[in-house]
Amino acid sequence: MALRLAGDFDTSYGHDMAVIRTRGQWLMTLVFLVALFALPFFAGSGVLGTLNLIGISIIVVHGLNLLVGYTGQISLGQAAFMSVGAYTSAVLVKNGVSFWLALPTAGFVAGMVGLLFGLPALRIKGFYLAMATLSAQFIIPWFFRNVREDIFGGMPGLRVPPPELGGIIFNSQQTMYFPIMGVVVLCTIVAKNIARTRLGRAFVAIRDSDLAAEVLGIHGFTYKLRAFFLSAFYAGLAGSLWAHYARSINPEQFSLLNSVWYLGMVIVGGMGSALGPILGATFIRLLEETTIQFSPLLGKIFPEVQAGLLAGLGPLLFGLVLMLFLVFEPRGLAHRWELLKAAWRLRPFAH
Amino acid sequence: MNWDLFPQFLATGLLTGGIYALIALGLVLIYKSSRVFNFAQGHVLMLGAFVAWWFTENLGWSIWMAFLAAIGVAVLVGLAVERLALRPLIGQPILATVMMTLALAQVLQGAVILVFGAYQRSLPTMFPLQPLILGDVRLKLNLVLAFAVALIGFAVFVFFFRFTRAGLAMRAAAEDHQLAQSVGLSVPRIFGLAWAIASVVAMVGGVLLANISGVETNLSVIALKAFPAVLFGGLESIPGAIIGGLTVGVIESLVGGLPQDPAIRSLHLGDIAPYVFMLLVLMARPEGLFGLKRIERI
Repeated sequence: MALRLAGDFDTSYGHDMAVIRTRGQWLMTLVFLVALFALPFFAGSGVLGTLNLIGISIIVVHGLNLLVGYTGQISLGQAAFMSVGAYTSAVLVKNGVSFWLALPTAGFVAGMVGLLFGLPALRIKGFYLAMATLSAQFIIPWFFRNVREDIFGGMPGLRVPPPELGGIIFNSQQTMYFPIMGVVVLCTIVAKNIARTRLGRAFVAIRDSDLAAEVLGIHGFTYKLRAFFLSAFYAGLAGSLWAHYARSINPEQFSLLNSVWYLGMVIVGGMGSALGPILGATFIRLLEETTIQFSPLLGKIFPEVQAGLLAGLGPLLFGLVLMLFLVFEPRGLAHRWELLKAAWRLRPFAH
Repeated sequence: MNWDLFPQFLATGLLTGGIYALIALGLVLIYKSSRVFNFAQGHVLMLGAFVAWWFTENLGWSIWMAFLAAIGVAVLVGLAVERLALRPLIGQPILATVMMTLALAQVLQGAVILVFGAYQRSLPTMFPLQPLILGDVRLKLNLVLAFAVALIGFAVFVFFFRFTRAGLAMRAAAEDHQLAQSVGLSVPRIFGLAWAIASVVAMVGGVLLANISGVETNLSVIALKAFPAVLFGGLESIPGAIIGGLTVGVIESLVGGLPQDPAIRSLHLGDIAPYVFMLLVLMARPEGLFGLKRIERI
């Protein structure tokens, strides 16, 4: 239970349920949002490129967090569901559909595919269900690589046109920043609120004990399917944004490795919290970025390992960070942040 | 359909299946004792190939000496992984152990690239390279050997679990950790033993495989095909690992090879046949052929 601010009392039901509780918090939220969307007018495209990548990852990880963090189902196929969104959106836009319509459609189609691969949840759970999603991770990229090369472009993939709106073409880091961050903000609000509804409570009940949840009258299978749909829906949105951001997609961009990285972001950020995916995606992407920035320098210091430095350092650091979090802070950065907030509010007392 | 090539595809499938079975053996061994599914098994295999290469290249050892050295390294790696990575997670939910082995795979991948470089290497040959010819069927000798090693491994494990004290202890630990501990068995030591043996199996597979396809970081990918094998055979069953491995190998080879129509061939159905098969197994009989059906209570 998070500590509340001193002097902040629940005077109405609405206030009791509010996420943003005080005028100060409203002010900070507004300032943050204004700053978030004013940033592209001041920042360079290098910074914005990193932020765009982080934004897309946040959307994917929000979805994965709903499935893994709240519902307790392991998915090793998130990158594959992302590819469904990316290809749907790319094919639609190439055939003249507006990006702004293709984006939700991509989410929906990915959601339906996620639903399909969630169907084994009727009979299996836990590790076995994880293996079913693993097969999705192989079957879906195979589909885009080998079936209907005239539509999906086969191995080399597709080139994707940039989105357009009222004469503005979204073809740079600056312009793509707005749709990406817009979706990130929306997704965060939705994810935060799903957790507080009947749906989210059912998810948590299933995670904590699916048998007990069934006894309480929660239909485990349909709620698990909803979690699969939502998770893949988020992945589809992110996939669509990624396709139009990267402007070129191929099946190799959505490998098992990417799915593992997204799972890692969920763990590092903290499962079962709306803040977790934001912290996790930011932390891991910044780690990756730092590795890319520093490996030329390290290559000069250790010339004998120079060749493999970039390819080797990334996975090594990611794996080590993930291991350390699993052993020392399985509840992730979000939990640390809560502790820090509590300590700040209690200052100067320890309890 | 290329029916006249059927014996060739069947034989190739069986032999590739032998490699899958070898990897599956390691997976089953770890899962049986500690309920951890080791997603890093393929990376241990790759490490084995690189370690053997390093000993032959930098120390000038013969391939057989390097092979033995790789086995020694495997024991150390297995023990270290169990002690440092998996033991802190005892009692944690299944997601934690799944993530830990996936993280381990990343660490091994990164470490191998950093230490050995990401180039393709080749090992000195262990066996003559000319194929074995039986009638119409041509077989790669290395694959035949890997197959034989898988069968020998199987026989050794059956003997080990049935007739030795350590094997009995491992079976007891697989049954119930608390009960095993209450009769005086050291469960952590048993876990360590299981990891060490599984790593040895993987590294043996790695050296054999590297003799065929060279030493490279992509070697780990082959373990992904062993997952369907383990699920089909049953996660807890050693005979199941062998049967599962061979079945998946044959399915992959036949589905990939038999169709003659170029439109179907261009789909590369063999690539996903094992995973479609895995989905079917999961839906029809999740516990596999010889796996245990777990009954849950609240």
